[in-house]
Formats: sequence, structure tokens, C-alpha cells
Amino acid sequence: MLKGDLTTRTKTYQSEAVIESLIRVLGFSTIGFVVLIFLFLLRQGMPFFFQVPWANFLGTRWYPTFGLFGTLPLILGSILVTLTAIVIALPLGLATAVFVREVAPNWAREVLKPLIEVLAGIPSVVLGFFGMNIVAPLVRTTLDVPTGLTAFTGAIILAYMALPTIVSVAEDALDAVPKSYRDAGLALGATKWQVIWRVVVPAARSGIVVAVMLGLGRAIGETMAVMMVTGNAARMPLTLDSLFRPVRTMTATIAAEMGEVAQGSVHFQALFGIGIILFVLTFLINLAAARPIFQKRRRGGLR
Amino acid sequence: MVMNTPEDDPFIDRPAKVQIENVSYWYGDQLRLRNISLDIPANAITTLIGPTGGGKSTLLRLINRLNDLLEDTRMVGRILLDGQDIYAPEVNVSELRRRVGIVFALPLPLPGTVRENVLYGPKLAGVRDPTRLEEILVRSLKQAALWDEVKDRLDEPSNALSGGQQQRLCIARSLAMEPEVLLLDEPTSGLDPISTGKVEESLFALKKHYTIIMVPHSIQQAARVADYAAFFLGGELVEHQPGRNIFTAPRDKRTEDYITGRFG
Repeated sequence: MLKGDLTTRTKTYQSEAVIESLIRVLGFSTIGFVVLIFLFLLRQGMPFFFQVPWANFLGTRWYPTFGLFGTLPLILGSILVTLTAIVIALPLGLATAVFVREVAPNWAREVLKPLIEVLAGIPSVVLGFFGMNIVAPLVRTTLDVPTGLTAFTGAIILAYMALPTIVSVAEDALDAVPKSYRDAGLALGATKWQVIWRVVVPAARSGIVVAVMLGLGRAIGETMAVMMVTGNAARMPLTLDSLFRPVRTMTATIAAEMGEVAQGSVHFQALFGIGIILFVLTFLINLAAARPIFQKRRRGGLR
Repeated sequence: MVMNTPEDDPFIDRPAKVQIENVSYWYGDQLRLRNISLDIPANAITTLIGPTGGGKSTLLRLINRLNDLLEDTRMVGRILLDGQDIYAPEVNVSELRRRVGIVFALPLPLPGTVRENVLYGPKLAGVRDPTRLEEILVRSLKQAALWDEVKDRLDEPSNALSGGQQQRLCIARSLAMEPEVLLLDEPTSGLDPISTGKVEESLFALKKHYTIIMVPHSIQQAARVADYAAFFLGGELVEHQPGRNIFTAPRDKRTEDYITGRFG
């Protein structure tokens, strides 16, 4: 029977309802896990902000054994290393994406795309090892600084780690620019390069911003490689040469000290406190990344 | 094909702006245009009519070499602009495209404001003087019958305009280059009758200075605007005549069938 009473609930109808509710449960549970992780972080870390006075945890000295929990050098260390990494990775990544998408012949693109994605899978400890043994000595000798384990070395390694993300997301963004834009540019007498830089890249702008933000997100949360190459001295990176001195990041601090700390002590809570700060920073970055895109969508404009 | 005589073709003595000589064009191993020869008179509106797939848009895109970037295509024959072969190796393609502008069927505003869209081409061509740019902006928008609607919205994003306005913006963008030849590929296909009327009116004004080659979006439109018309069918040029003749006294049975609506 093909047609039934309007109120008949067929088998398809029921199975669709089951599938729909299953997907709904799965979807909500993902959000639930994130919320639970954040609650756990809050429970472990919040006491730190109440037990330790403001002046202490906003101070400039991190010496947990003496009860000094100044998180400022760690926060600034993370920001310095991450921003420098992005400054290095953005032009390289964008240029690579443009090359792969717009310049390279088809066969080269087929080879390059998967290769770049494989780069993302290199374990960070391997990159850290590479950084310690190759990049750090190179930085020390070429820049003539006392140690090669510096913020700059960390930034180079982080830039390398963020590159595959930036390249493949930016490449997708360039790919999504309609061919008609290119035609319109060419029709106005633009050369191939003018079309790329004045039409295609601006049209893919929001996608490129997302690429950078994803790269930034990956960089700021990275721990192992950074811990291995930045020297881990918790000093305030305030002078101009700080970039070429050792620093310590938030992630490296948590990873290095969590193993040796007494559970429930102030120091233990302090490490979770750093975790909260990191979480909030990452959240703000993502929010900043999402804003321009949502605004564009609302205006019904470019992708 | 029946040849035209001076009696029924007032354009036959006019110098041709664009000459298409024995052009055939393949996409892969598919023949898209078969041995087309057509002289396009200066300062007139020439319409290319015929059912879809007849090769009209393909021919249009060949005239400003937009098909250069397509792979696996082949062309024989010559296309001359003012007597010069545009496919000759020494031709600067960017320069050619500045002299031969094109407007597509779908409005394609580039990212950016109304002002940026119109001035995109002149800026690429190296015009920097602000007063000169302002002149170009106003002139192009007026010629495209858009000035009155956007004069207070020049710095708004181009995609905030309506579809009809966007299409006229694209026409303005082409006109900003002061092209000698303007190629129009169904420029009014997405427009309402009022906008269509405005565009057609501006075409009449424009043909004093420009040579216009247009794929109209309907026979009625062709009949309204065509000084000269060429009928394409399956990649072949069936006949070409002054507009008033082709619609009233088609010589070929196939043309007559098409115009009277028996196919296509």
C-alpha cells in the first residue's frame, strides 16, 4: 500500500525518529563533555584565585616553593611565543596555500596536498627533539646568544607545527572562491597575479582568518615541543631582546610541575588556575575568530 | 549560407570593428564552433541569437580571450580587432581585455564597496589621480543608469545592492575601462522588466561610443535592441543580417522556425 491514512506512522517514520534522537543525544553529549571538563577545571583551580592574594598571582615572579605564584611571566611567555610563531607562519602558510591552489600544476597539487596534511601528524616530541638538536644550536651560533633555547626557537618550531593547519584551511578557502570572481578580475584586464592578490585572496579573507585562528589555537596549546626548546626560565619578557632569551609558557609549566606537586596543595591548585587562564585565552581567541565570520554571514555577504 | 548584398545590408560598407575569420573551436574533442566568419560593425549593437548550446557565449568569450585559461581546448581561424589578430603571440592579453570588456549573465560584484568595484579596473591599469578616478566613477555609474540609485551609497558593500543594481554595477565596472568593444552575455537575464528597460536604454546611448556585441536573453529583447543579428545553431552561423531584416524576413528556414518559436 503506497498511500495510508494521514495519521499512520509508518516504519520509516519511526526509524527516522530513532535516528534523529540518537544524533541529538550524541551532539549534546559533546557539548556536555566540554562543560564537564570546564567544571572540573574550575573546581580544581578556582580555590587558587581565592587563597592567593591578587598581588601575588598577578605578580612577576613564579617561585612556587617560596609561595610566589606570579602567573604574568607565564602568560606573557605564551603570548610572545605564540604571536611570533604566527608572524612567521602566516606569510609562509598563505604563500604555500596560494602556490598549491593557484600556481602548481595539477599533478604537483595532488602530491603536495596529502604531504602537507601528513606534516600535521608528526608527534610534537619529535619536532621538539629536532628543535633542540638542530634549530637551537643554529639560533645560538647565528644570533650569537648565550643559549639557543629561546622564545624565538620555540616560535620557529610552533610555526612549523601550525603550518599544515594554516595551509590546508587557507587552501580550502581559496578553492571555495567562485571561478566567476577570477573571470571578473581577468575580464577587467588583471594579470594572473593581480587576480590572485586583489580578487581571490581578499575574497577568501574570512577563511584565511579562520586558518590563522586555528593555527593560533594549535600553537598556544602546544606543550611538549615548546617545553623542550624554550629554556623554561620564568622571566618577564619585557625587554626587546626577550625574544632571544629563554621564556616559559603556561603549558610547559603545567606539564613540568604537575608530576611533582602534592595533590590539593596551593601549588596544585595554582597549576589548575593556569589551566583556567589558558582555557579563557583560547576561548577568547576563538571568539575573536568567529566574530567577523558571523557578522559577514548575517549581512548575507561573502562566505 | 546566403550572402548579404549592399541593398539589404547598410552595414556591409561600414568598417568592421571585430572580424571573425573561419573560426572553429573545440572543447576536448567536441566541436563547439564550426567555421564561423562574421564582421561586426562599429558603433552598433550586434546580437547573437539562437538556442542554448549554439556557441554564442563561447564566441563571446573568445573575443576577449577569456577561454585562454581553459585546458584541453583548441581554436583555428583568426579574430581581428581593428585589423589586428588578437591571438597573435605578441598581444598583451591584459591590454586586450581592457579594450574589450565583458559583462556576464550573473552579476558578479567583487568583494568590496560600490566605489571599489567600479574603480577596480582603472586602478589596476595604474590610474592614481583622485579627481580622475572620481570622474570615472561618476561617468561609469551614469552610463550604466545606476548613479541616481547609488550616489549616496558609494561606500556600502556591493553585495548590499539589489540583483538588478548589482548587474548594472558590473556594467559600470566594465565601462570604467572605456572599452572599445563591450561584450554582454545575457546581461539582463536576472533582472526585472524595469531594470531591463533601464539597461536597454543605456545600451542605446552607449552604442554611439562603443561597439556592443550581446547575447540577448530573449528574442523579444533581440528585436528591441539589435542593429545587427546573427543566428547560431549547433555551433554554426546560419545567417546574419541587419536586425530589422532577420526578424521580419529571415532567409533560412531554421532561422524562421526559431524566431517564430517552433523550436529552441
